[in-house]
Parts: sequence; C-alpha cells; structure tokens
Amino acid sequence: MKKQKQPIGSTVVWTPRDPLHKQFMRDWRLLLMFVPVLIYYLVFCYLPMIGIVMSFEDFKMGSGFAGLFNSRWVGLQWFRQFFSSAFAWRLIRNTFLLSFYSLIFGFPIPIIFAIAITQLRAKRFGKVAQVVTYLPYFISTVVVVGMMTNFLSPSSGIINQLIVRMGGKAINFMSDPRWFRRLYVISGSWQTFGFNSIIFVAAIMGIDPALYEAMNMDGASRWQQIIHLVLPMISETIILLLIMTLGNLLNVGFEKVYLMYSPAVYETGDVISTYVYRQGIENHNYGYASAVGLFYSAVGFVFVVASNWLSRRMTGSSLW
Amino acid sequence: MTMKAARIPKPNSFWSQRPGDKALDVIIWVLVLLAVAVTLYPFLYVLSVSISDGAAVARGDVLLLPKGFSLDAFGMVTRYKQLWISYGNSLFYTVAGTVANVLFTCLGAYPLSKKHFFLRRQLNFFVVFTMYFSGGLIPTYMVVTGIGLYNSRLAMILPVLVSTYNMMICRSAMASVPNDLFENAALDGASDFYMMTHVAIPLIKPTLAVLTLYYAVARYNDFFNAMLYLGDSNLQPLQMFLRRVLILSSSEILQQAGTSGAAAAAQNTLKIRYVCIVLAAVPIFCITPFVQKYLVAGTMLGAVKG
Repeated sequence: MKKQKQPIGSTVVWTPRDPLHKQFMRDWRLLLMFVPVLIYYLVFCYLPMIGIVMSFEDFKMGSGFAGLFNSRWVGLQWFRQFFSSAFAWRLIRNTFLLSFYSLIFGFPIPIIFAIAITQLRAKRFGKVAQVVTYLPYFISTVVVVGMMTNFLSPSSGIINQLIVRMGGKAINFMSDPRWFRRLYVISGSWQTFGFNSIIFVAAIMGIDPALYEAMNMDGASRWQQIIHLVLPMISETIILLLIMTLGNLLNVGFEKVYLMYSPAVYETGDVISTYVYRQGIENHNYGYASAVGLFYSAVGFVFVVASNWLSRRMTGSSLW
Repeated sequence: MTMKAARIPKPNSFWSQRPGDKALDVIIWVLVLLAVAVTLYPFLYVLSVSISDGAAVARGDVLLLPKGFSLDAFGMVTRYKQLWISYGNSLFYTVAGTVANVLFTCLGAYPLSKKHFFLRRQLNFFVVFTMYFSGGLIPTYMVVTGIGLYNSRLAMILPVLVSTYNMMICRSAMASVPNDLFENAALDGASDFYMMTHVAIPLIKPTLAVLTLYYAVARYNDFFNAMLYLGDSNLQPLQMFLRRVLILSSSEILQQAGTSGAAAAAQNTLKIRYVCIVLAAVPIFCITPFVQKYLVAGTMLGAVKG
C-alpha cells in the first residue's frame, strides 16, 4: 500500500522498511505455508550436508546419527586413499568422457531436427513427427536399457541375428568395453533428441515471418534463409542451452550406467557415482564412499557456478 | 496434394523452386522420416514380437511386422501375480506421489513468488542452494534409512517431495500473475491460502499441467529410490520388476506358467520380455500426446530471465 503514496512520475522514494516484528505479523501466514517445504529441505537436503562430516571419519553404520559425533576422526585419509588408488583416474576419465561424447554427439541433433521440422512443408505431418519423436523421453531408463539389452543380445537379439545372417560374427555388445560409450551415447540421444528439439522449434517459430518475406524479396534461397536468418535468430537459445549443459557436464545419470554396466565393462563404464554406490551401499565403506561423493559434489558445484556466471555474462539469462 | 501442385505450379510449390531448394526439401524429408522411423521402429518391433507366433520369433523371422498371431505370452504375463502387485504399487506411487508433489510445489512456490514476503530472498537462497550442492548419495541414504523409511511406501514419496527446478518454474509462473488481482482479493478479505487456490492456481493451469506431467512420469519411472529403499518385493514398483525380467533375465514368469522344455522356453522367453515392455509403456503412450500443447510453454519456462 506504500507504493500508492509515492508521487507519480518521481524517482522511487526510499521508504523505511517495517521493523521485523511488523513484517512477521504481516507475513506469518505465508511463512506457515512454506513450513512443510522448509522441513522437507532441512531433512532431505541439509541434514545430508551435515552428514558429509563422515567423509573425515571412520564411520560405522550401527552407530546411526550419533556415530557422526563419536566416530574416530581420520582427516583426509579417505581422500588420500582415493586419489592414490588406481580407480581415481579411470573413474574421472569415464565420467568426463561419457558426458563429453554425449554433448558432442547429442547437442547438434535436436537443432538440426528442429530446423528440418520447421522447414517441412507438410505442417500436419511435422506435428505428428514431433509428438512421435518426443515419446521416448518419457519412457523409463529401465525400459530403454531393457530394450537395448535384448536387441543386442548375442543369441536372441535382432541386431546379432541380422549380423549373423549377413555372414558376420555375433558381437557381445553389452559386455564389450569398446561398445559401452557408443551405446550409452546413441541410446541417450535416441531418447532425448525429440524432446530437446522443442525449445529450438519454439525459438524458430518465434521468428517474425516478415523477415523471411524480406529475404524472399531479395532473392535469397531457403538455404540462405537457414544460414543467415534462422541460425542467427536461435543462436542465443543455443548458447544458453550449451552453457546450461556444460554446467551439468559431470552429472552422468547414475541410473542408466548402473542398469547398463557389468564388471566386464568397468574399464569404460564405471563412473564416480556408481563407484560411490558400490563402495557405500554394497561394501559398507561409508566414510570412504562419502568422501568420494563429496569430491564429486564439489566438482559439480564448481561447474554449475561457473556455467551460471558465464550465462549471466553472455546472455543476461540464468537458470534461476 | 503434391500431384495437383505439380500440374499447376503455384508460386510456393515444390516444383517452382530453384534446384538447391528442391534438394533442401528432399534432405528435410529424408531427415524427418529417418527420425520418425528410428524412433518408432523399436516400439513397433517390440509390439510385433509380443503378438507373433513363438516359433517365428525364435527363428528370427519377425523384423518389423508380426508373423502369425499368438497371445500366449500375454496370457502368461497377465496370469503372473507379481506383475499386478508391482503394477498396483506403481499406480499408488504415481498417484499419491504426484498429488503430494504438486501440492507442496504450490505451497512452496507461492510465498516465494510474493515480492513483499520478508523472508523471500533468504528462503529463495535456501532452496536454490540445493541445486548447486548436495550431501551426496551416502549421507542421503543414511538420513532416509535413519528416519525409518526403509521398506516403507513413504520412501517413494517423501525423499522426492519437491523438485527445486519445478518449484522455480511454478514460482515464476505465479509471479507473472498481475498483482492487481491479488490486491482486489485482499480487499475482499481473502487469506493468502485462498488467494493461492482461487487466484494464482487457476491462472497458471497450463504450467501446472506440464509440472503434473513431469512429476507423474518421474514417479512412474522412479527406479533409483525403489532400488535403494525397497527390499520387500511386495512394495516394489513396476520398474524393479521390469529390471528383473528385462535386464537380469529372470525366468520367474516362465517358471510360474509351468512351461516345460527347452523349446517352449526358447519360444517364449523373448516374447514374455517384450510383452512386459508393452504393458509398461502403455500408460506413457496414452497420456503424453494429450499434454503436447502445454509442453512448449513448459520447456520455455525453464529459462527464466534473471
């Protein structure tokens, strides 16, 4: 209500803020609404952050929460153990490469598809094609990996049946370390390219039709329209999404790797999050696993902060 | 249509274009058809195998369309009790989880969307910080099991009660509702809760539709929490069942169907798996096309001007 008292047309007049207790009396109902969500964040997001302490302790499961305070302090022992182990380099490399190849291979496809679908003359078929191609995005990882496993099975899988029929030798795709990254990247791209194209299609549809007509008048071909009009107009969207993807670069989906891999492909398939799972949940090395997890979270933190900073600088937009 | 256009070239038709643009049209058609074919083929193949004759499947004759017709595998799968238990569990987790998700997302987003709310900045930071940094898998596992959620249905709902990203989308949508509407309601003596349910929510329905879809799909597809926290197979959702059958090659369905002999097993193993995929994908295929028109608005909301 204070706003209305300001004289119209003047610069904003500084108004003293209400004292805290008055603000509280005014807004306590809003705060009350927020309380359940506040509790959720405290219990499931912030309490685990306190649990990070166990990365520096010789933590034993039986002791529960109290164990956080009376476990033996070991300092950086777990970190030293991890970085001096043979696994550290392999895990970091696998995590990075899986994301990197996914980005290189997976990022351009939605853009090309979005341009193709908006240039298509059969508009109705274009709509159908869009709906069809984003369906896989909503299929669960279990089903996608399940289909992949069965299609590629050396005995009954359709791919190997075709290979054998054409005179080749059946390949045991799922337990061959050389195939792990390719399968991960291709299936990931298959699942997401349609959905990821939505935002580019929207950006292209937002281009003023008058600009196309102006280019037509000047005798530009459609190729020239794509290169000199469409691409520059969606470049901001492309840059923004690229930066956001870079921010999540190391967020390799645990689920998919976990469902796809087996000891036979650890050489290329084992990533930090699956290693943390095996060490912590399966082998009960809680302190060690939590330390490796903390390293992973910290690197992720740096990436997200850096990408958000970059995004603000370059496009004025940010994720939040 | 194309034929008619060919006879009387219109200024805008395919034939009236210069050669380079004709080539472009061809390339575009090839790309789009390829994309559709690559997307659809795995699903069509799975469906075909699931209803084909078992012997034809075992010989590897089914490539795209069904060969012969047999619903044996459907019978075996649908007679298997564990399938229906996990299907029922998934239904429960999806419905209860989504309702809780949407409710608490709105409750959290509304106060954060109010510019005058005195703790807005602090709470905003409190929430957004969790997108930057998390305690990690092990401490989270400790907390969830520590508060007694192991082997509890709540383990599929409480640890994923709110998605910060979705709440931020909801907050921006609510913040875009004109302030006059709230002021008018306030003059009529409306409470904050009433204003949220009767002013804000009706005006952001398209956004909520997309968020509901995202949440529902996430709850239906949730495998991770089930694997961590649900050891009891009577509580496990469909995704856990699917993993056993599809990836771990469990032959539990074949065994309970009482099929004996290697030949029968060879004929039905693959079919049974593909029937499971069909049954799991049906709900997704039924729902998603209907919310398509909201999807564009929903994805655009992801990038908020800061």
